[in-house]
Amino acid sequence: MSTLADLTIHEALDLLDSREISAFELTQAVLSRVAATEDRVHAYLNLDAEGALAQAAKADKERLSGLQAALLGIPIAVKDNISTQGIETTCGSKILKGYIPPFDATAIKHLKDAGAVILGKTNQDEFAMGSSTENSGYGVTHNPWNLDRVPGGSSGGSAAAVSVGEALGALGTDTGGSVRQPAAFCGIVGLRPSYGRISRYGLIAFASSLDQIGPLTRDVEDAALLLSVLAGADPRDSTCRPNPVPTYTEGLDTGIKGLRIGIPTDYLAGQGIQPAVAKALKEALACLEEAGAELVELRLPHTQYGIATYYLIATAEASTNLARFDGVRYGIRIAEEGTLEQMYAQTRGQGLGEEVKRRIMLGTYTLSAGYYDAYYIKAQKVRTLIKQDFDQAFEQVDILVGPTTPTTAFKLGEHITDPLQMYLEDIFTIPPALAGIPCMSVPCGFDAEGLPVGLQFMAPPMEEAQLLKAAYAYEKMTRWNKRRPVLC
Amino acid sequence: MALSRDEVEYIAKLARLALDDAALMCYQEQLSKILDYATSLQTVATEDISPAAIIHPLHNVLRDDVPTETLERDATLKNSPVSQNSCFVVPSLRP
Repeated sequence: MSTLADLTIHEALDLLDSREISAFELTQAVLSRVAATEDRVHAYLNLDAEGALAQAAKADKERLSGLQAALLGIPIAVKDNISTQGIETTCGSKILKGYIPPFDATAIKHLKDAGAVILGKTNQDEFAMGSSTENSGYGVTHNPWNLDRVPGGSSGGSAAAVSVGEALGALGTDTGGSVRQPAAFCGIVGLRPSYGRISRYGLIAFASSLDQIGPLTRDVEDAALLLSVLAGADPRDSTCRPNPVPTYTEGLDTGIKGLRIGIPTDYLAGQGIQPAVAKALKEALACLEEAGAELVELRLPHTQYGIATYYLIATAEASTNLARFDGVRYGIRIAEEGTLEQMYAQTRGQGLGEEVKRRIMLGTYTLSAGYYDAYYIKAQKVRTLIKQDFDQAFEQVDILVGPTTPTTAFKLGEHITDPLQMYLEDIFTIPPALAGIPCMSVPCGFDAEGLPVGLQFMAPPMEEAQLLKAAYAYEKMTRWNKRRPVLC
Repeated sequence: MALSRDEVEYIAKLARLALDDAALMCYQEQLSKILDYATSLQTVATEDISPAAIIHPLHNVLRDDVPTETLERDATLKNSPVSQNSCFVVPSLRP
């Protein structure tokens, strides 16, 4: 049954501003949905129902006193790798069990300053390493469209929550596709901004040259709204860019007549694309053409090297970033016997999960003496070539469009024993992440089993406004985002 | 690119990971397979290409050298498995 929990953020804001509903009622409706569906979906690791209702009541008072804020009273979920003061933050890992951040991430501070209600922390692949949320240390999340399928990952909890009405919007993080791929699998919108657009202060690092925070929402306008709140320079994150932040919700509806849209042929052929995904893409392209866009086929010739490049660079960075989890300053300690060094190894050996250890091992190897140039530096050089592919493409076109993923949501357990097969799911989301460009997934249809398909839009660096405008025009013509899952 | 058992044990030592035999054997096979896949990069010509350490234009970010807000000490130490007298406590360095 459709309730307030199914509203988009902008619809809810209209009702709140006209006093037709209160933030307290809205948050109650979302918590009722959580109570009805969470035992089957398991989107949350830590739900702060009491805190959320208190924040909602405060938002109602503030609205009555005339305060205006971009997200006043809107219930938002947060991925568990983003620091929330006073709320346990584990990154989906046993090694961080019990960790209570003494500070808020800048993204959380922005949400709170805008009046958002923080609902709690969502499930994820441990340290954001995975494409299915099966690598969580705290159990799997189920795809609301089919409970036997994965929700995607690593921001699977956030995507499932937004999809099923357990939050109006959510924060995720995207290193190689972890916002866009779960958005595609769960039939919602997921935006990865340009590298440096949103501060990462307080985001627990996986691969620092790639990690980005991004919103997961039910439509493009909500993504624009959240991006306007989250973006901007931060003295605490020196990789954050100082470019001014436009109001991304303005000018969304100016249309795409005359927009040059590039179709990378390397995203079409021989990449294991399911027929249903190919069909949805074909229909989407026809739709964009009908809206007045000019379609241009072009090449991104280094696409095929994206996954290998990514897994060498991201694991190298992870092996150093995750050295800090050593049983000294936070999380658990396992010291059955012996010295400091033995304590490190025991804590990490037992506290970290299989995939995280696999990636730390790979990164340690490629950074070690004798292999550094052959693997790590080589991958960085190929990354330059991948970025050049995009630079050259954007000399010809304004936007690129392709599938977000080659397949719809796969079955739970299908790839868990074959890590390489799991990595290949990220073939289309990784290259734009390596290039640092903004990109987003928008629903573009369903396969025969009723599983959602995602369409990926990509734009030049810092051109989020252009990206959102194109995605908005497409969404308005098709309305695939209006369908919601029915749990059974 | 097959990794030997000794190499996998050495990587685990460098990474400070205590792993049992079954895990070492599993990682030996899986890492070898992933590295095999990564050898495809060796076919890409990169002679005159600079490595991309970071993806956007590099620039120094400076700030005034004045103290700013810092984390509260007790709240920070509270997360430590063992602390005493405002210090983190660790096992002995030597047996």
